[in-house]
Amino acid sequence: MASSLTIAGIHAAYGAVRVIDDVSLKVGSGETVVLLGTNGNGKSTLMKCIMGMVRPSEGTIVAEIEGIHHDLIGRTTQEIVDLGIALVPEGRRLFPKLTVEENLLLGAFRRAARAELARNLEVCFATFPRLAERRAQFAGSLSGGEQQMLALGRALMLAPKILLVDEPSVGLAPILVSRTIEAINEMKQRYQLTVLMAEQNFTQAIRIADRGYVIVHGKIAFEGRSADELNNNDLIKKFYLGL
Amino acid sequence: MRTPIFLLISLLIAAAVFGAAIAAGNDYIFFAGYVVMQYVVLATAWNILGGYCGYVNFGTAAFFALGAYSTVAIYKYTTNNDTFPIPIPVLMLIGGVVSGIVGFGMGYLTLRLRGAFFAIATLALAVVLETLVVNWEYVGGSRGAYILRPETVPIVGNYVRYLFLIMLLLAVAALTVARLIEHSRLGYGLATIRDDELAAEASGVPTLRLKLIATTISGALMGMAGAPFPYYISYLQPDSTFGFDYAVNSIAMALIGGTTNWIGPLIGAVVLGTLQQIATVTISSAVNLLIVGLLLVFFVIVAPNGILGLVHKYLRRKPDDFVGRRRIGIDAPEAAPQSVPGTAPGPSL
Repeated sequence: MASSLTIAGIHAAYGAVRVIDDVSLKVGSGETVVLLGTNGNGKSTLMKCIMGMVRPSEGTIVAEIEGIHHDLIGRTTQEIVDLGIALVPEGRRLFPKLTVEENLLLGAFRRAARAELARNLEVCFATFPRLAERRAQFAGSLSGGEQQMLALGRALMLAPKILLVDEPSVGLAPILVSRTIEAINEMKQRYQLTVLMAEQNFTQAIRIADRGYVIVHGKIAFEGRSADELNNNDLIKKFYLGL
Repeated sequence: MRTPIFLLISLLIAAAVFGAAIAAGNDYIFFAGYVVMQYVVLATAWNILGGYCGYVNFGTAAFFALGAYSTVAIYKYTTNNDTFPIPIPVLMLIGGVVSGIVGFGMGYLTLRLRGAFFAIATLALAVVLETLVVNWEYVGGSRGAYILRPETVPIVGNYVRYLFLIMLLLAVAALTVARLIEHSRLGYGLATIRDDELAAEASGVPTLRLKLIATTISGALMGMAGAPFPYYISYLQPDSTFGFDYAVNSIAMALIGGTTNWIGPLIGAVVLGTLQQIATVTISSAVNLLIVGLLLVFFVIVAPNGILGLVHKYLRRKPDDFVGRRRIGIDAPEAAPQSVPGTAPGPSL
């Protein structure tokens, strides 16, 4: 069933500081779309707009979940989560003083997610066997890579249709970044997710991307209709890679 | 352990405590024990918001005093109109409702603030309420209010014994509520807020609603602890009722005992409360805050997770969460865990 995300003409600001300026983008059903940009260009703010954590001053965000269109503007974060949109926050943001298993169970805090709790937990442990080994351990005592796994697993517990991943590479060693990106791709394939991923690590991100956008100072500076187009683009080299 | 069994055992322990106090044959024990039990309730109530949810409330005195002044207002009304005096358990319910409503209101106004800002806002609540009470002639204003209490009550006898018994039962009730919350969805929801509010939001936890529930319950219990206080002290004065030591003590007791479990504030309140009572008799009441300060410094250095943390560390039942927290704070990239590629069905990180 089709699940897509359409953002049109979004403006957002923190007080007088304008962070997002007329951003429009679309994530088609079953696509992995990357949002590329360095620090402070509005990637995380856009993610928070989608989740209803930051209220945009203008524009529309429409999510299509299994063929039904939902206007996300004005909805609370809880309602958006209930629709089947999950965010893996930047920097993982686990519950460090709770165990791995508790972290996963709390991913399914919403009533809608609790119905399939046992099955989703199994799915999580099947996808990330390491989490099953460490289920009784405090989340704060996991290694960086394991923590990222747990953050992804926690989002899986919602049985989402649309997965938002905010900078999965933050604070990870290069080898772990590569594995995390692969894990996201595998999750997407297995559960037919529609994925929007914000990332700074250009080379890693485009490995799994179908399409991508480059965001500079809160504006979409370039839209790449394929991974190749992103790879061979002068604008990206100039704005983004600084070449 | 199921809640009814827990309640039954707590009641048995409470009965044993009461029996032992009678057997000791000294009424001062009831007098001092009342204060200790009052702090068990206050520390437990504080911990529901401060320990479970991570929102530090410096307004304990405000909620406590609200309960106390509700009682004074009702006492004045009944004596002025020559109506039948309202029994203390009912006064406690009224005090709880008043403080619960104010707790809800305070939560609604301030819970968008985090960390130090929330703490300052709760501190302000105490100051605002004290100013209101000082200027409210009906409850005695700045001169304070006298409460004439009966010498004895039926069945229990001596009035101080009666007050002690009531506070003992309230402590049992407060601990039962705290334990219920801890093992419920509400408790887990509060724990996610304490650990990471943004991640809680992203997981769909209705953070504002849970925080409001916590402030309301916490405030209500503090108010209930304050309601019998005018009858205990018999002369109520705004200065001491809004005293800063209520806030400091309830925080210190929870921290010293351990904040993650209902038993922490109980241990902290009994240990610290008893020490303070002993110091009051043997040295002077002015030493109390010094004891609190010294113990706090000691615990911050030796056992940052309180007595419970020490016990856990000793039993090694769970990994020390202080280490866990530090590691997440550093967030350094670490070497990949050793795993043989291709053995696991999923991607291994």
